[in-house]
Amino acid sequence: MDLSYSDEEIAFRDEVRAFMEEKVTPELREKVRGKGELTKADMEAWHATLNERGWLAPNWPKKFGGAEWNAVQKHIFEEEAAAASAPRIVPFGLGMLAPVLQNFGSKEQNDYWLPRILNGDDWWCQGYSEPGAGSDLASLKTTAVKNDAGTHYIVNGQKTWTTLGQHANMIFCLVRTDKDVKQQEGISFLLIDMETPGIEVRPIILLDGTPEVNEVFFNDVEVPVENLVGEENKGWTYAKFLLTHERTNIAGVGFSQAGLTSVKRLARAEMAGGKPLIENPHFAARVAQVEIDLMAMSTTNMRIVSKAAAGQAPGVESSMLKVKGTIIRQEINDLARRAAGVYAMPFASEAVEGSNEVLPDPLDAGPVAAKYFNNRKLSIFGGSNEIQRGIIAKVTMGS
Amino acid sequence: MNFDLTEERQMLQDTLRRFLRDRYDTETRNKILDSDSGMSSDIWNELAELGVIGALFTEEQGGFGGKGFDIAVVFEELGRAGVVEPVLDTAVLAGGLIADLGTEDQQAHLEDLIGGSLQLAFAHGEPTSRYDLTRVGTTASEKGDDIILNGRKAVVVNAEAADMLVVSARESGEVDDADGISLFLVPKDAKGLSVQGYALLAGGRAAEVTLDDVAVPASARLGEAGKAAAAIEARMAAANVALTAETLGAMETACALTKEYLGTRKQFGRPIGTFQALAHRYSDLLIEMEQARSAVILIAGHLEADRDTRERHVSSTKNLIGRVGRLVGEESIQLHGGIAMTQEYELAHIAKRIVMADHRFGDVDHHLERFIALTAA
Repeated sequence: MDLSYSDEEIAFRDEVRAFMEEKVTPELREKVRGKGELTKADMEAWHATLNERGWLAPNWPKKFGGAEWNAVQKHIFEEEAAAASAPRIVPFGLGMLAPVLQNFGSKEQNDYWLPRILNGDDWWCQGYSEPGAGSDLASLKTTAVKNDAGTHYIVNGQKTWTTLGQHANMIFCLVRTDKDVKQQEGISFLLIDMETPGIEVRPIILLDGTPEVNEVFFNDVEVPVENLVGEENKGWTYAKFLLTHERTNIAGVGFSQAGLTSVKRLARAEMAGGKPLIENPHFAARVAQVEIDLMAMSTTNMRIVSKAAAGQAPGVESSMLKVKGTIIRQEINDLARRAAGVYAMPFASEAVEGSNEVLPDPLDAGPVAAKYFNNRKLSIFGGSNEIQRGIIAKVTMGS
Repeated sequence: MNFDLTEERQMLQDTLRRFLRDRYDTETRNKILDSDSGMSSDIWNELAELGVIGALFTEEQGGFGGKGFDIAVVFEELGRAGVVEPVLDTAVLAGGLIADLGTEDQQAHLEDLIGGSLQLAFAHGEPTSRYDLTRVGTTASEKGDDIILNGRKAVVVNAEAADMLVVSARESGEVDDADGISLFLVPKDAKGLSVQGYALLAGGRAAEVTLDDVAVPASARLGEAGKAAAAIEARMAAANVALTAETLGAMETACALTKEYLGTRKQFGRPIGTFQALAHRYSDLLIEMEQARSAVILIAGHLEADRDTRERHVSSTKNLIGRVGRLVGEESIQLHGGIAMTQEYELAHIAKRIVMADHRFGDVDHHLERFIALTAA
């Protein structure tokens, strides 16, 4: 047992830290911290910066142009990026679709799509959830029926909660290709060009005012059969594979550490009873409690990450990390909201940026309350925490 | 003991509930939220006509209520519908201070207030006062016949719409002394008074108010010079009756929406409420709601009690409502899932009202510490 980083790992950390220091501009940092809207151009520029360094695709094998980092390196990168308030890598193409293509796609698909993902030619979004298929994803109803000529699938239905779909030109979708078999066995994985006639994207405004997610409607949309990934009716297998990839950084340790630092900064600035709030024993106890939980969770994360580095696939542990990680992140959001006191009340949000209103923010807190509400999603999406608890019980009890 | 409402209060509750159900649905309210003023003058006038403002004042003050339970009945209904119009700020806080302390001339404003034609705001908190009621750095100094006000007031709800502000300022003493604080009635258009407004996350608007050599006559002083602290504390007690009752009403809506959704939303071929993991958590909400209802009865029922008794109940209730509020706000969202994250769904606004109430008049921690201090004495 050795709890410290090796010399190589420390050297790598320093290298990442120096990179972040150089590349994350103050303007970018402010936007990431919620003061201003991170535009599509900002996110694309950040991808290009990482790509130039060869760091855009940490997960990918080298043969596809990835960094092929081990789990500890990925962890270090995520921590440093969060600490530096770097934009997060938009995961849909890089972290979700690419591993599916690399494992199940044809050579032609990999040759065509992977370089485009690295170069930022396409912006991908995810077409999984439907209005009637949330936690019960396998009950999805969007259909894809082959035309008589056998050249195209005709897609009809609706997807929802499509994150950043407003920026996307491509969507990967789960569609139903067979209605007469067990739900999970009639699902296929399709790549769909958002420019195809019959697709309509409508924004959903979230409770903090942000237009972050969308509904996507499909009305007789023609998709070339070449855009089927893997085999027809095997989509559920790929989807489950993808969901484990979606969960690799599910613990959000870096986010929590950055969040806790910002809570402490806030609580040093906010005055309560003539003293900094951080000196208030009650508030200090709340902060300490979360910090203790985070220290342990971070180590749990490292233990699981190291196991994955040794080639063992994380199983039920990723569900555990999702639940504990989101509880801690949400608790930190709650502390930030509390710390700001009455100054949590103004409607500070990325969404109202650009209006003429100048918001009071004497603590330099940013939109802490909006963030608190927005991050209620953490325990809902990617398989709600209730679904995760069900998985943990089912797997460990073998029922 | 009798926990029934009086006939008059029951009637008021029924009328107000019916009115808001008919006139204040989600779509109407969301339009108000999007509007520049953040409130509807039509709704305001209709609320006044229904007697909602009059119910918050005693007969001597020109109303027909004014007791703790009158305030609680009105605000529970306002909360149930997620009303964002500034009844609390105009009537309970600023109007209440005029009623408590005003001279006959000053009290004359109450008629307009109760009739619905006067808007007010209470400019008290400051950027570094957090939830302390006696930390007042704004100064008031005599200059000839005038009093000159200087300072900055933080997150003054309804300041933009207000015709007049009730401003607290220090005439003597240290920045956190209870002694030395006075109140002044200041016209919003007074020279040197500037208002920088913004929308609030949970609806309505507030402003940073700067007083730069604002001159008012001595007749603008509300109550005795330097002796306002006790009156402010008493008014804050009434404001906390209003806010906790409002939060109770909002929580009732949150629970009702959750119940309906659990019964109708199907996943895995059955209503999600049939999953025990969700059903038990819904039951926990109902258990805590009974605690919340009792706490609101306690604060309302002790508003007319002696100072120590009253304040003990203010802090106990505000603490409990803050804790239950966070639970109900978060759990009702979680039990719904994604739909509750969308702005157009009723719960989104209701949950914001519930949680953000903890940021006014002292949060859970503030009132826990205060309760300890009050009960240790």
